[in-house]
Amino acid sequence: MTVEQAAELTLTPVRSGVGVSVPRPDGTLKVSGRYAYSSDLWAADMLWGATLRSPHPSARIRSIDVGSARAMQGVHAVLTHNDVPGRRTYGVERPDQPVLAWDVVRYQGEPVALVAADHPETARRAVAAIVVDYEPLEPLCDGDAAIARGARKLRENDNEVHRVRIRHGDVESAAGLADVVVSGEYEIGMQDQAFLGPESGLAVPAGDGGLDLYVATQWLHVDRDQVAASLALPHDLIRMTNAGVGGAFGGREDLSVQIHAGLLALATQRAVKMVYSREESFFGHVHRHPAKLRYEHGATREGDLLYVRASIVLDGGAYASTSAQVCVAAASFACGPYVVPSAAVDCVAVYTNNPPCGAMRGFGAVQVCFAYESQMDRLAAALDLDPVALRRRNAMAEGSVTPTGQVVRQPAPVNELLERLRARPLPLAPPTGGRDPRELPGGVSNTTHGEGIRRGVGYAVGWKNIGFSGGLDDYSTARVRVSAAAGEPLVEVHTAACEVGQGGITVQAQIARTVIGIEHVVVLAADTGVGNAGSSSASRQTWLTGGAVEAACRAVGEELLGRAADRHGLDPRDLRLRDGGVASADGSVVATLAELLDEPAEATREYRPRRTTPLDENGQGDVTMAFAFSAHRAVVDVDVELGLVRLVEVATATDVGKALNPQSVEGQIEGATAQGVGLAVMEEIQTVGSRIRNPSFTDYLIPTILDAPAMPSEILELPQPDAPFGINGVGESGIVSSGPAVMAALRMATGRALERMPVRPHELAGATAAGGASA
Amino acid sequence: MEFLQPSTWEEALAAKAAFPDAVPIQGGTDVMVEMNFDRRRPDVLLDLGRVRELADWASDAGSLRVGAGVTYARVIAELGAMLPGLALAARTVGSPQIRNRGTVGGNLGAASPAGDSHPPLLAAGAVYEVASAARGARRIPAHEFYLGPKRNALEPDELIAAIYLAPAAGGQQFAKVGTRNAMVIAACSFAVAVDRSARTIGTGIGSAGPTPLQAPDAERYLAGVITDEGLWESGRLPDEAVLERFGALVADAARPIDDVRATASYRRHALTVMGRRTATWALRDGR
Ligand SMILES: Cc1cc2nc3c(=O)[nH]c(=O)nc-3n(C[C@H](O)[C@H](O)[C@H](O)COP(=O)(O)OP(=O)(O)OC[C@H]3O[C@@H](n4cnc5c(N)ncnc54)[C@H](O)[C@@H]3O)c2cc1C
Repeated sequence: MTVEQAAELTLTPVRSGVGVSVPRPDGTLKVSGRYAYSSDLWAADMLWGATLRSPHPSARIRSIDVGSARAMQGVHAVLTHNDVPGRRTYGVERPDQPVLAWDVVRYQGEPVALVAADHPETARRAVAAIVVDYEPLEPLCDGDAAIARGARKLRENDNEVHRVRIRHGDVESAAGLADVVVSGEYEIGMQDQAFLGPESGLAVPAGDGGLDLYVATQWLHVDRDQVAASLALPHDLIRMTNAGVGGAFGGREDLSVQIHAGLLALATQRAVKMVYSREESFFGHVHRHPAKLRYEHGATREGDLLYVRASIVLDGGAYASTSAQVCVAAASFACGPYVVPSAAVDCVAVYTNNPPCGAMRGFGAVQVCFAYESQMDRLAAALDLDPVALRRRNAMAEGSVTPTGQVVRQPAPVNELLERLRARPLPLAPPTGGRDPRELPGGVSNTTHGEGIRRGVGYAVGWKNIGFSGGLDDYSTARVRVSAAAGEPLVEVHTAACEVGQGGITVQAQIARTVIGIEHVVVLAADTGVGNAGSSSASRQTWLTGGAVEAACRAVGEELLGRAADRHGLDPRDLRLRDGGVASADGSVVATLAELLDEPAEATREYRPRRTTPLDENGQGDVTMAFAFSAHRAVVDVDVELGLVRLVEVATATDVGKALNPQSVEGQIEGATAQGVGLAVMEEIQTVGSRIRNPSFTDYLIPTILDAPAMPSEILELPQPDAPFGINGVGESGIVSSGPAVMAALRMATGRALERMPVRPHELAGATAAGGASA
Repeated sequence: MEFLQPSTWEEALAAKAAFPDAVPIQGGTDVMVEMNFDRRRPDVLLDLGRVRELADWASDAGSLRVGAGVTYARVIAELGAMLPGLALAARTVGSPQIRNRGTVGGNLGAASPAGDSHPPLLAAGAVYEVASAARGARRIPAHEFYLGPKRNALEPDELIAAIYLAPAAGGQQFAKVGTRNAMVIAACSFAVAVDRSARTIGTGIGSAGPTPLQAPDAERYLAGVITDEGLWESGRLPDEAVLERFGALVADAARPIDDVRATASYRRHALTVMGRRTATWALRDGR
């Protein structure tokens, strides 16, 4: 299905179709503070829910006493695990997480009890009045320790959530042939999605014994399945609607308030609202897996890669969440977008008592990119080769084979992306003295007037999957209805695809306009009243739901042409939609749409992309639906005495297939780039003894606009085969290599090895002898 | 919760005397955050926002009186020339919203070791005026005001009225280190004030000890070298090694710990560097 085929249906160019930067309906509302987020939901007479969470990362629960909480005035319900009528656990991939803890708690912040009260303050006090007798246990804090011999078993399988083993080519022989071998150990801290809209939702009991749930989420149908299982209600009695999402980035794939608010609403038969505070939010969603990565690369003297050995430990924290899929992704992409004839990759996701980790933008591809790109720089240094030249020499291209044995049957412009970045002029070197402090490392904090500054430039390239991997049945559904509203044709698009800020609503409307040729398109609220759309994750929603919308629009368009053909005795193949009517091949109008829409025309279609396969016991298989490639060049100024950084420019080159909405595409690339550089220089959830030390935006720092570099983007549009309009996903690719590029630039500026991300000032500092100032 | 809203200083002091547990609130940028995070649930809030006497600054007989309710935005806009050290610190506080609401008096009330007003006020030798209905006003030198982490020398019935300090008589500088280039709480900070008329050097250290600190040895050392070598007169800068030593003495005066924002050793290192750099700039500025 390509844009050419779609054009067969319609002859009318629409103003706001695909390829145009149509403004988003939520944009102005959000920046002017008028957008209704899920935390703004309100129902007359509603109660407020609150959650009691474990203060301990690991403990036995001896008893829970809710007596005094229940007795408080204004409290309508206090619930514990005993009050969960259905399945007592939930989980996106594996239902291993208690709805409410019983017997044990496995991470700090684990939900133990719930309260509904007539005021949030009352609910909070009632939570504080619940008495839980804990027997604290020594937490298992470290991923390596979790799989060491003799480790305390938190779970079955020796604390392994999932393990992937890839054996490709012949590493042993390749190692014998290598002229140069470099190895390294890399580490990545725990990044948070840091979305600004905390978890929130409203559960309303319905007259039929069911429940209407309004929650900010990423995947309505899988939420509904889990809610139904735990509430012991049939699926059709749970109706879910996506509420205004204030950012997601993977952090809303796992449930937060869904089951809890539902339990409280059913118990009280009142509407119940739940909103996490900022601090609670840090405990209320999963984070990016911290990782330890041990790598060995072997190459010929000329710089041809011969083999890669990689051993990766992902700390999944207390529950499975999406760890298994993250593990598959990390393993599949472990060697980078290079031709690697032989590879041995062992990747394991483990259970610890740390905060649960799961989906976050980049999903496993981010962690490994830091390691393989650090290795490529190290190899270039060992070979005395230019780092970009080494990358280009080994770059993957269309037709290359990945370490899982998959042939890349799509554009893979790794070489071209690097070439584009290399060709860009470098930003000017800093002048000495007299500069605006905002242009200096330390910014407004006035730490340097030019002293100690060194510039560094670094490159990195990354890849990741688009769509669900490893044989999962990935699809989306759309219902499209065309009717006459006040004599004018109106298109209504209904899907369950969650708008999480990516611009999905806008692009669905653009596709509908282009395919049917009608300007007036309304995208209905995403809910479970229509079929599954899959998750707004894996950079897949524009492709899959876009594909479903396109298919449903085509079906409706054909229905209208069929009506015209029937009524006028013509061959539908000779007809086209045109200017609000149906025209024959010579352009003369046969019928107006108003005439044809005496009855609305409606169609529901599912879109399924090419099926992937699971990995076999050697980690071989066509696991990936499609690949996304992007590259970054970072230019940094470092105050090498204080270890402070100013990101001067982080340029991106990305292949997007086709930019359906160029402004949205740029927004995704810039946002992802900024989130990636945040991981490089500041973003980390710090834990000590499995306890979070910085659950606030005072100490979990994300880049401000003064920290954000200039982010010019080079956008390539090489059509994806088999994708609607030739598009490729763009939601994540920008995050994969931006951090690694910054790290490379920091290494150049400081001459330090920098094997851990995020890098801290003390690791960057002290690179010059005391007093050595360059200004 | 009771909410008191006096409109005069006298009423404010009377209210504080009547409700010694009342929590004063000025800009609210600390108080409201604490309430929101459930760290503090006062029974009585005493809003000082309408007390005219707190909201202004005045110049009087060679000294400045800055009301406790003067915001950072006004310090920057109106006092930058006279109090460059405090204004530099004010520029680093939070975001424009916080600088519009937050006050220097609130910073003193909170007495966080990371508060950005403290180092420049210590360096400039400021004196704080506090008052109670019962005993009237008294003055506390800045270096006697900070008793411990988030503890200051106020009695339960007292309120902070104003800050007294002289307009700069030489270069003043402030620098702060954090892992973000704006809107960051100090991992550590340092202020220096050169007084060319008194021929002294003043210092203030933030976020590297249980309270804001001074570095008296560093002050005496640098002033001594400048005097001994006749540099007050010549306006020349001391040798690099002297400035280096000054930085080292600043770091020696700190009592840092490892915490979520930085390690103790990095804090010492950063103070050494900031001490050297800011002293260089301040001596150069005021020549
Ligand atoms: C996003 C954000 C960023 C911030 N960034 C910084 C920063 O970079 N640097 C920094 O130093 N601070 C920062 N702060 C903290 C805060 O803004 C400052 O401490 C500010 O100076 C507080 O002033 P205020 O008027 O808002 O105080 P309030 O919150 O009103 O009061 C603060 C304290 O002082 C007491 N108090 C107020 N007035 C008096 C008085 N007249 N007499 C006695 N006690 C009194 C109050 O009871 C309270 O304990 C930040 C805060 C936020 C929310």
